[in-house]
Amino acid sequence: MSKVGYYPGCSLEATARDYAESLEAVAGLLDVELVEVPDWNCCGASAGHSLDHRAALNLGARNLALAAAGPQPVVVPCALCFNRLKSAQHELAQDDSWLTPEVAALGDWRAAQVVELNQFLTSPAILAKVERMVQRPLTGLRPVVYYGCQGQRPPAVTGHPQSENPTGIDRLLAILGAEVSDWPHKTDCCGASHSVSRPDLVAHLVGNLYLRALERGANCVVTGCQMCQANLDLYQAEIAQGLGREVYLPVFYFTELLGLALGHTQAGRWLDRHLTSPRALLAAAGLAV
Amino acid sequence: MAPETVSASALRPSGEFLRAGLAGREFNLAACFGCKKCTNGCPLTFAMDLLPYQVVRLAQLGQVEALLSARTPWVCASCQTCLTRCPNQVDLPGFMDWLKERLFRAGAEVGETRTLLFHRLFLEEVAKRGRVFEGSLLARYLLKSGGALGPEAMKNARLGWEMLRRGRIKLVPSRVRRRRWLKGVFSPKEARS
Repeated sequence: MSKVGYYPGCSLEATARDYAESLEAVAGLLDVELVEVPDWNCCGASAGHSLDHRAALNLGARNLALAAAGPQPVVVPCALCFNRLKSAQHELAQDDSWLTPEVAALGDWRAAQVVELNQFLTSPAILAKVERMVQRPLTGLRPVVYYGCQGQRPPAVTGHPQSENPTGIDRLLAILGAEVSDWPHKTDCCGASHSVSRPDLVAHLVGNLYLRALERGANCVVTGCQMCQANLDLYQAEIAQGLGREVYLPVFYFTELLGLALGHTQAGRWLDRHLTSPRALLAAAGLAV
Repeated sequence: MAPETVSASALRPSGEFLRAGLAGREFNLAACFGCKKCTNGCPLTFAMDLLPYQVVRLAQLGQVEALLSARTPWVCASCQTCLTRCPNQVDLPGFMDWLKERLFRAGAEVGETRTLLFHRLFLEEVAKRGRVFEGSLLARYLLKSGGALGPEAMKNARLGWEMLRRGRIKLVPSRVRRRRWLKGVFSPKEARS
């Protein structure tokens, strides 16, 4: 069993519980022990970097210092948390005078090796392992993969080798037996936290994504970001109404489909948390849960 | 702050803002040569009053008031596409944040009141618990933005219910155990109204 650090972030305790449950289950199947960063705090998210640079850096530095004391790397499922932690590390490397003495004394924020969960779970070694473990091939699913913004950009901060065209989850899903469509909107923006204060902007961006996904012949969308999942799943009926056409595109976390393909018995429980229920699609594909 | 249009007669270009006005932050704004890749790749130009390259240009010209009264920094979703594609590493998302922070700390009125309100309530959650309790954040946002009463009330209530019954709303907040360090990390406000 290999041990890695794990920074869940606030959303995974609520809105993205399905992501948390499925990734923990999948880690168990793959024999990866997730060691939660003890007493982690919020990354500050959009509010932090928008309104208070100093707070954003200190919130990040505390998490990094706590994470550095545990096993490495530290996997982060939420793309925004990942981006905020990497940004804090990047900016503090240039100027750490933003830190309060109390936070600076917590430990070495430089030493944490922060990795986005989808990159970790699509490493060649894990993919090879997954290939031997598939029990229910995802035949009949025609996904497009939607990575979103924050895991990739800017590459000088994230270190992502393919920031305009990531392919990790595409490769994973192909191994799981899905018929993955390539599309040029993998890293487009869904509007993120605007879903609360400017839902009109999110409807515009997400509406476009639906249309493009359907044009590619996709019957579902797969993501590794809990903001993307929320924005594409929660308001689908309403945004479809605005488009004046029917849209049925279940939005999976890649960990949910990984768990399903590896035969995990709890997959139905995770998927029942979605507002756009994938049950009809899965039943039609012979993958009823 | 009243919205302001920039007329040719009001344009008195000044490099002072880039030299001293940014208080030690830089964002590579002077390096822009106007290729507009930022603007062509931006997903939100349809909702902006200043296009991304115009923000950079106005900063170069020292037109701070026009920047501070613009909606664009609040419409920017910080997707980082502009910075990623910029041949000169102009950190436009960072500069948008700088503008927002300056307005917030001065307690100024902004056009995008709801976005500011959401961010402000979010930070209050962090300051209180060290983590964000989404249920409390959304409830407080709806009360303060009028979303709990207005025409959106039914829609919000329905969404809230659907999420609650699927276990996507937590009822009890989680918090950071040690919180003493938290107080010191937030920047002091100037003259909050």
